[in-house]
Amino acid sequence: MLLQQLVNGLTLGAVYTLIALAFSLVMGILSILNLAVGELFMFGGYVGFAVIAAYLPLPIALLAGMAAAAVVSIVIQKIAYEPLRDAPLVTPMLSTLGCSIILQNVVTNVWGSDPLQLPTELFDTRVSLGPVNIGMMQIVVIGVTIVLVGAVAYLIQKTSAGRALRAVAENRDVARLLGVSANRITLLAFLISGCLAGAAGVLIGLHYAAITPYIGVDIGLKAIAVMVIGGTTRVWGALLAGPLIGIAEVLTIAYGGSQVRDLVVYGLMILILLLRPQGLLGGARSDIGQRV
Amino acid sequence: MTAATNGALLRLANIGKSFGGIRALSDVSMTVEQNRIVGVIGPNGAGKTTLFNVITGAYRAGDGEVVLAGETITYWPSYRIMRAGIARTFQNIRLFAGMTVWEHLLVAQPHRGALLRVVLPVRWADPAAWARAEEALVFFGLQDYRNAIARTLPYGIQRKVEMARALTAGPRLLLLDEPVAGMNHDEAEELRALLMQLNARGLSILLIEHDMAFVMNLCHELYVLDFGAIIAQGAPADIRSNPVVLDAYLGTDTPC
Amino acid sequence: MSTYCAGLFADIGILLLGALSVYIILATGQLSLGNAGFMGIGSYVASYLTVELHWPLTPALIAAALSASIIGIIVGFPALRLKGIYLAIATLGFGEMVRSFFLNFSHMGGSGGYHGMQHVSLGYIWAWAAGILLLLTLLERSRLWLEMRAVHDDETAAGLIGLNTTATKVGAFGFGAAVAAIAGGLFAHHYVYIEPANFGFERSIDFVLAVILGGSTVGAGALLGAALIVLLPEWLRFLADWRLAAFGTLLILVLLTRRQGILDRPLLAKLSFRGKSP
Repeated sequence: MLLQQLVNGLTLGAVYTLIALAFSLVMGILSILNLAVGELFMFGGYVGFAVIAAYLPLPIALLAGMAAAAVVSIVIQKIAYEPLRDAPLVTPMLSTLGCSIILQNVVTNVWGSDPLQLPTELFDTRVSLGPVNIGMMQIVVIGVTIVLVGAVAYLIQKTSAGRALRAVAENRDVARLLGVSANRITLLAFLISGCLAGAAGVLIGLHYAAITPYIGVDIGLKAIAVMVIGGTTRVWGALLAGPLIGIAEVLTIAYGGSQVRDLVVYGLMILILLLRPQGLLGGARSDIGQRV
Repeated sequence: MTAATNGALLRLANIGKSFGGIRALSDVSMTVEQNRIVGVIGPNGAGKTTLFNVITGAYRAGDGEVVLAGETITYWPSYRIMRAGIARTFQNIRLFAGMTVWEHLLVAQPHRGALLRVVLPVRWADPAAWARAEEALVFFGLQDYRNAIARTLPYGIQRKVEMARALTAGPRLLLLDEPVAGMNHDEAEELRALLMQLNARGLSILLIEHDMAFVMNLCHELYVLDFGAIIAQGAPADIRSNPVVLDAYLGTDTPC
Repeated sequence: MSTYCAGLFADIGILLLGALSVYIILATGQLSLGNAGFMGIGSYVASYLTVELHWPLTPALIAAALSASIIGIIVGFPALRLKGIYLAIATLGFGEMVRSFFLNFSHMGGSGGYHGMQHVSLGYIWAWAAGILLLLTLLERSRLWLEMRAVHDDETAAGLIGLNTTATKVGAFGFGAAVAAIAGGLFAHHYVYIEPANFGFERSIDFVLAVILGGSTVGAGALLGAALIVLLPEWLRFLADWRLAAFGTLLILVLLTRRQGILDRPLLAKLSFRGKSP
């Protein structure tokens, strides 16, 4: 029973990890919360759904969801973020909020506000591994997440684009002096952010075999907590914190009652902010007060 | 004129400050007598601004004591130290970007009297503060800039506003961090005259400066700081010919 | 006035108070994304007092404001350690925790909500809303407000001109929380039913939206913003299913063209025929 919960928690956690990374890519280099990430996640899910409903295979659905979300993410960067780059943080944040409002309205109009459901025969196979009964879909979710996170980690650590990303995150002005195009890097960050959010959307939509236009908000907020707990600028931090929080949530619901779980998750987030602001795996650049 | 109080207004005793492995200040002892103008000079990186930061409580002293008019203020929070009668200006001007010149002349003034004075509109509730701000505006010749927002001001005016703001706090001791940096000769002369005028009115001044001519003609006493320690002190005439001082400045221009 | 219009105006008054609660805290340079939490506390405390202990509404509101301000001050202290976006995220967490707390608080209904409050008139709501707005308009011309703005512009320099930045920042949280609590108490006695979902992130964001949209440097901005947020979706009804998208578009357009929000000090001075400020 416990092991079963652990697997469920891991699956949920995998989704959190992807969205947390989507947030932290933008947060790391721009220090703003892209409030549209939740809706990008939702939008990607819908696109993935549409592909599946057309009887195309899962990988295509995944790619379609990622691509769709990435495109919208870039549009958001150009329209809502770029012109407000030097405004105080709340302004571009609210601008991304405006985008999320628009996106949600569009999705509701195109697909309706009632939940969409998949015929559940798809991906219903379950596999038994000892005492645990894992759904095929859960394996897919966890597997895809690991692949994607690995890809992002590789990108950030081993490629020149990744180096540029880290440079801009470290110090935007110096990076520019060294020839890094902050604009192009920002674009890249938004692009990857969109891909990850979109992938998460497809995965969770297929996992629950249902999707609504409103899944973005709650999961989005939780993912922010995951990002903070894992460490805002550490890829592996998100990979650690996601499952941690997913499992904590699942266990709290199973053994403590579903209502307490938010208290636990956000309480942990606040504790981390106050006591270990760089997150569990360290390294976040927090705003330090100016020196005289 | 202020009543003469014998003894030091500000006394630093064996101040030490380290940042990690770097010893920014070691065993610095200094006195600013009432009504005197004291200068702190030394090569770049000698620890002069660090010294100011320790005095004003922006940094906590690692060792030693800071005593203001008999009271030990070493570990007081900044705002309390400033309220006790110290005001300062900054090497890189720190104005309040979104506030007007007029607002700068009000905001630093001490609270005098009831709480109500502070929460009700200034114009009615605290006419004394209003008047003091008017005085400062005129004294510094800032009337034309009264409603200008700080970030739009030319550099020279910003410096004046910073000085004016510091003085509206009614300090006994004014700390100036490189007040003539970037000024031409005439502007520096203007400032020197102003400072002497303020000193004559009872203000004690402690200043950091690189400009030797300025310092020599203004200060009653000088301290020379190098690598965080005092290497010489005395009257300007003595300092200028002190071989230890000249040695410390080797490589930097020293006007004779 | 029709019930429909009265409802809209009530919403504006309540949103105005919520927006002002964010405005007060923002004036010291702190962005709070969790003020719906303080609103919720005010709502539940005021409702408990009027329904269970049969207090009249006005003392209940004051008690609610006081309790919330104590929580606000408690929140304000750890908030000193955080800056910028991290503070915003922490306050977001706080708001969610409050919401979650009331979800679990079965004594007052938990997720089922709470009811039993007496309905209060539109006039009463606006007596509070206008009163507090007026109070703030006076306060904006005070030295205390100058000190808050100094802390906002340069906290370190503010400390070095003798301002007690701790007291200012923590006090702002306390004051903001009190105002949000009043919004909550009035909300409870207008809708006569409350549930934790009323006090979530969307509500907190609405407050922030009203302030930023209407004008983040003047109290009147909160009034304009609150009016816009309540009325725009109504005026845009002719767009039927697309009105939210239109709202989002308008929001982005305003932010792109006028970052400080629609109203700011110079514009306000011009509009009120007072000409230049002193």
